[in-house]
Amino acid sequence: MIEFRQVSKQFPDGTLAVDDFSLVIPSRKTTVFVGSSGCGKTTILRMINRMIDRTSGSIEIDGEDIVGLDKVKLRRRIGYVMQNSGLLPHRKVIDNVATVPLLNGVPKKQAHERALELLDTVGLDRSLANRYPSQLSGGQQQRVGVARGLAADPNILLMDEPFGAVDPLVRAELQQELIRLQRELDKTVVFVTHDIDEAFLLGDQVVILQKGGVIVQKGSPTEILSAPANDFVADFIGATKGKRALHIDRRDGREIVLDSEGRAAGVLVDGPTGGSKDAPA
Amino acid sequence: MNLLVEAFAWIFDPAHLGGPNGIPIRLVQHLTISLVVLVISSVIAIPLGYLIGHTGRGRSLAVSLTGGFRALPTLGLLIVLALWLGIGVEAPVIALVVLAVPPILAGAYSGFEAIDRRTIDSARAVGMTEWQIVRKVEVPLGLPLLIGGLRSATLQIIATATLADYVGAGGLGRFIFVGLKSNDYPQMLAGSLLVIALALLSEGIFAIIQKLVVPRGVVANQNTDVRTSSPRRVAVVGSPTEERK
Repeated sequence: MIEFRQVSKQFPDGTLAVDDFSLVIPSRKTTVFVGSSGCGKTTILRMINRMIDRTSGSIEIDGEDIVGLDKVKLRRRIGYVMQNSGLLPHRKVIDNVATVPLLNGVPKKQAHERALELLDTVGLDRSLANRYPSQLSGGQQQRVGVARGLAADPNILLMDEPFGAVDPLVRAELQQELIRLQRELDKTVVFVTHDIDEAFLLGDQVVILQKGGVIVQKGSPTEILSAPANDFVADFIGATKGKRALHIDRRDGREIVLDSEGRAAGVLVDGPTGGSKDAPA
Repeated sequence: MNLLVEAFAWIFDPAHLGGPNGIPIRLVQHLTISLVVLVISSVIAIPLGYLIGHTGRGRSLAVSLTGGFRALPTLGLLIVLALWLGIGVEAPVIALVVLAVPPILAGAYSGFEAIDRRTIDSARAVGMTEWQIVRKVEVPLGLPLLIGGLRSATLQIIATATLADYVGAGGLGRFIFVGLKSNDYPQMLAGSLLVIALALLSEGIFAIIQKLVVPRGVVANQNTDVRTSSPRRVAVVGSPTEERK
């Protein structure tokens, strides 16, 4: 569990990026920060592994204030995946994946074996292990980035717009992979995006932020869709227009779901067993 | 043209290929001075350049300071230093270090600065210490530009080390100064040709080193298809219809 208590961050130039931010990020769930650029979402994420140090307030991981922890040790037990994969261009894929275990003193052979397993985990062919990052496609690089984030088997995985720079088809594929991974690995994932569709797809808890790290609304996707806190949220999630404002039309005895433009979005069928994703178990 | 022939004849004259005043001994002196200067300059400039490149601080100070030193005329500096330190090898070594530090310094810090900030950010985020970032990320990725700085410094050292003999330190400059005093133009030209040959040789060696030290992953995906002929695309199967007409 990660807990923010009245955390603020003021940069040396005077910008108040995050103002009095409090939030509990539950363990083994995916929490997604979503908001427009400049809302402070990346700053909040980077305060968790102390890439940015908060100005005031406290941040605790499992009840331990991270201010007392050694930055380097803290970062090595938190996985970090960034937008452009951030791989080291002069190292082979396998060495990139094994970076953190090697830093922690794991013998090379063992670290490489583990790295190969991780390539399987993220759905990459082992034959890519000896390539350099520049020889891979954007989507493949991003998978390597995820494998590197998982290499030290961290409990927490921070993802800063990891799929922002890949094309929509690959992005959809990577999102599905992440959902599968999360089902298998059960990590505490903190994910930052500006794409509300991505947030609703991946998040157990979605946190909608406004400038200064102000939480406008937080909750499960269902909760947010069913009761947007205000017009900003309604507008941001597209509940008033487009493909989320759906209505039912009856044609030839079948119920067709149409969007606000009148385009067919699907048909109504009997609900799948298990009900909604967020329904209380 | 005649002078050139005479200069070559001078170089290959058996009398000049040995002995206490022969080409080999002056060549060794010249190379020794150059090497000593290169080592001293590197010891000063590389750590300093790395510090500037890693922290991003002190860059403008270093640039203006070394730029100022670079503007000093080496011959004038040499004479001042020789008057102070006396005849010998110390004055030319110091004068040449002043000449060689700026390009090496620039190579060292610009090598670090040229690295994608996101690469360094992510190295820090996965838990590398500052020292590990320098050693495992910045040094290897900055190497090509550092070698470039060393290359240009070496060229300047070899060319300017000719002045060392002005204060009696020997080297290939000896032939030029002796030739000047005795109006022996073939000898002067021979000395110059030897310095030029040495400079070109060092250029060649550094060009090869520079190729070798580019990290493999960085070269791996570089476009090797350098266009040498028409900019018009050659037709290949499946390409758009911009065929060569």
